[in-house]
Amino acid sequence: MDLHVIGPLASPAERAAVDAVLGPATSGWHGGGRDARTEGHAARGGHDARARRDLLLPALHALQDRVGQITQPGLNYVCRRLSVPPAEAYGVATFYAMFATQARPPAVAHLCDDIACRLAGAEDVIADVARALGPAGEPAHDGTLSWLRSPCLGLCERAPAALFTIAGEHPRRFASAPVDAASVVGGLEASAAPADEDARASARASVPQLGDPALRLLARAGVVDPTSIDDYRAHGGFRALANAIAMGAEATIREVTDSKLMGRGGAAFPTGRKWSAVAAQPAQPHYMVCNADESEPGTFKDRVLMELDPFAVVESMTIEGFATGASRGYLYIRGEYPLAEARISHAIEAARAAGYLGPDVAGSGWSFDIEVRRGAGAYICGEETALFESIEGKRGEPRNKPPFPVEFGLFGKPTAINNVETLANVLIILGGGEGPETGDGVGGGARFAALGTEGSTGPKLFCLSGAVARPGVYEVPFGTTLRELLDLGGSVPGGRSIRAILLGGAAGVFVGPETLDTELTFEGTRAIGASLGSGVVMVFDETVDLVGTLRRIAAFFRDESCGQCVPCRVGTVRQEELLARLADPMAGSGSGAGSRSRADELALLTDIGRAMRDASICGLGQTASSAIESALRQPELVAL
Amino acid sequence: MTSDARRPEPPAEGGYHPAPYVMPPDLARVFTTPAGRPTRIPEPPPEALKSAVTLQIDGRSISVPEGSTILEACRAEGIDVPTMCWLENLTPVNVCRVCVVEVAGSRVLAPACSRKVEPGMDVQTKSERVKASRKVVLEFLASSVDTSLAGPAAPNGDFAAYLERYGADPSRFGPPAGPAAAGEREAHGPGHHHSPSGSEAASAATVRQPVKVDNDLYVRDYSKCILCYKCVEACGDDAQNTFAIAVAGRGFDARISTEWNVGLPDSACVYCGNCIGVCPTGALMFKSEHDMRAAGTWDESAQSTTETICPYCGVGCVLDLHVQDNTIVKVTSPMDSSVTDGHLCIKGRFGFEFTQSRGPGRPGS
Repeated sequence: MDLHVIGPLASPAERAAVDAVLGPATSGWHGGGRDARTEGHAARGGHDARARRDLLLPALHALQDRVGQITQPGLNYVCRRLSVPPAEAYGVATFYAMFATQARPPAVAHLCDDIACRLAGAEDVIADVARALGPAGEPAHDGTLSWLRSPCLGLCERAPAALFTIAGEHPRRFASAPVDAASVVGGLEASAAPADEDARASARASVPQLGDPALRLLARAGVVDPTSIDDYRAHGGFRALANAIAMGAEATIREVTDSKLMGRGGAAFPTGRKWSAVAAQPAQPHYMVCNADESEPGTFKDRVLMELDPFAVVESMTIEGFATGASRGYLYIRGEYPLAEARISHAIEAARAAGYLGPDVAGSGWSFDIEVRRGAGAYICGEETALFESIEGKRGEPRNKPPFPVEFGLFGKPTAINNVETLANVLIILGGGEGPETGDGVGGGARFAALGTEGSTGPKLFCLSGAVARPGVYEVPFGTTLRELLDLGGSVPGGRSIRAILLGGAAGVFVGPETLDTELTFEGTRAIGASLGSGVVMVFDETVDLVGTLRRIAAFFRDESCGQCVPCRVGTVRQEELLARLADPMAGSGSGAGSRSRADELALLTDIGRAMRDASICGLGQTASSAIESALRQPELVAL
Repeated sequence: MTSDARRPEPPAEGGYHPAPYVMPPDLARVFTTPAGRPTRIPEPPPEALKSAVTLQIDGRSISVPEGSTILEACRAEGIDVPTMCWLENLTPVNVCRVCVVEVAGSRVLAPACSRKVEPGMDVQTKSERVKASRKVVLEFLASSVDTSLAGPAAPNGDFAAYLERYGADPSRFGPPAGPAAAGEREAHGPGHHHSPSGSEAASAATVRQPVKVDNDLYVRDYSKCILCYKCVEACGDDAQNTFAIAVAGRGFDARISTEWNVGLPDSACVYCGNCIGVCPTGALMFKSEHDMRAAGTWDESAQSTTETICPYCGVGCVLDLHVQDNTIVKVTSPMDSSVTDGHLCIKGRFGFEFTQSRGPGRPGS
């Protein structure tokens, strides 16, 4: 390949930022000093450079964080360093919403206007901010700052939320919630996070059950110091890892299989079966990936786990790596979670320093380490194969399955991928099945399986938000009814009644109040045509503008479709147009598609939804019409 | 001749005795002919016979070699499956989804072009579910893209015939919305689009935009682009390994782009034109064809095709010269040519002007 790079040279700041990720350039061909005697005619390092393609995303982050945008010279420098064709790198940079390929001020507030924040008045905050700073994306205050709308930031329990990204020599990223216009402008002007709140109070805001002795997954959340490995150990930390190493990989997988643990990311695949399939693959090496790209609107449980109990994530990843014969683990975290990323990164370093990661894990002689990779604003990268592509330094476009990740995953190798909550359950199983601090782990799988119901074992986290008195992450055993869960969260404020509940997020379904006695299990929700999805339970009272919510969901999928396959790329556009026509039937009357009857429009929506569900490559397109169709099927929910 | 033959004669007795010359090992490698070199290139070893896989397609029992795709199995049986993003000389990317089929036991439909056959697979290519999906996918394409040039001669066949066969009616989504201004689509950042109002939504959003004419050899009319990824593959590791173009942007704003949307002369493009050769919709086109169409002189019925060999180098690429009014208007290469696989270089594809230079004093004038 003949790398063709045009344009001016990168600035010293850009080069330094990229070099901080990639190391200094060793050759003139890659941007360093050129020695004519040794490099006059021979290009070296092509394969070496290309083998580091997976560092493209971190290098792009470095540019974005340093100068607030990705410039052509900056991108060219990355291309030279990694031997990536500029057209491909440009394709990657323009895929992710957090990368700016056009001029953008260094300080930007990303204001969430997604479902939960809308319910909490995000549009009012945005209108106020627009009055103070001008329209979205326009530079304000002499070009030093700006604001943008953002999809769900995963802070739904404290909505409305904002994420601040401050580029510069010492880049800062921080989230804040709840925000108002004054705190947004203040945060931008000060370019600093609000003073540290009381950590325990903040934990209680996310975990209302804090201190309940029945908690297993959340037992340590808000109780331990998330920055102290000693405190983690004092609360049963690394016990499960020691148990796993003591019983060996096969027995570890057996316990997980016995537990009947099913993946909590939405697909509900049996975790034990996944692990044993990876462990049995002859191809080497094996990889272990933790999917922390929790981007489903309304979901924030993984963020809470990572922020409040980060060592548990590190320990469970290590166990999974051990069981599946992996030598390296990757944790892919969404770019909207700066605090969780900082805590996880710190936990990995502390675990490495204490010998729980590295060439000799916990004295076992087995070598394992974890790398953190930060996403850059793409919901689709929560899809496992899109996530692999993203780590590999490509556009986050899902692969066709089969082959499945257990056989052909990250870098084309057998890969065990689980999300954060699934991994948290592993600690309970290997800890003895009762809680993280008991037992030698043997029989833990069977004890875990006794929790919950026959088809859905163990405890489950739910992200309760919207019209409830105490939103937050709740841990209940499987089999708890929707009504019982809502009672935990307190009644609907203002004595209003429930009109609808969104189960499973934007990719889930709306149900009415008549389903309150449904058991929250995989099989129970399936029976009412719903799914648990990522554990979102969002409550809408009678005053809510559900039509606006549906249009926001349609806009979300239109924005987040990767654009690879036709059904999703065009279907999400047609769906959004159709909803706009339904919501405003007079606007287009007499012309074009605006003159159609409601029944015709609903029939068309059914056709669109069916083609997306049947013919799309991945779960995003397959579920993009789910919530909208479910709401429109129930005229008592939405009068459209 | 063996290496012994090159060794200097042993020195005669008496007189001056220089040290015998010993060739340095790396030179010896160059100057030494290996012994026993065959005079004829040996036949390749016989390919191991692939075991057959038996499956059901539309109720018929079919045996095909292991590793075949469902599409290959269908075509071997004469079962027609429409394709847009598939082409025989490229790696399947399964993005257009018009080839979807129903595989028993599978939750969703499977792309025939890339799904490998498995023993005992039960495939339906004509079920109601398959037809319904293909119909809507074709409607999605036709309502957002100008498919007027995806005619019978296009690499993937006649798009209009597909529409008719599946009863697709793209006007269900409303009349096509007006074109974007030059550069407007490229300016759309990922994750931030303009949500349509009710009246805007009365017409269907499209990718219509001005044609990109920035060089003398070929034009890019992305109003006709269905984003099949074929040109990217042909430019990249399926043929040319130039990587001048890639997919940029996201969702409905995704587009084929050079780096930073620079014009082709500034990009890494080497003008091999292999992207034109694989384009199923006429979005990429010889400038000669584009100009003739604009002037109303393009007439495929008046064209003849002459097969010849490229005169430039020793590779011997097969060329199809498309001639109208005794003038070469386009050059292609057959996909089934073992030399080219349908791909050419700039000389073979565009270097034909000299044959029709008809100035004063030139042949043909």
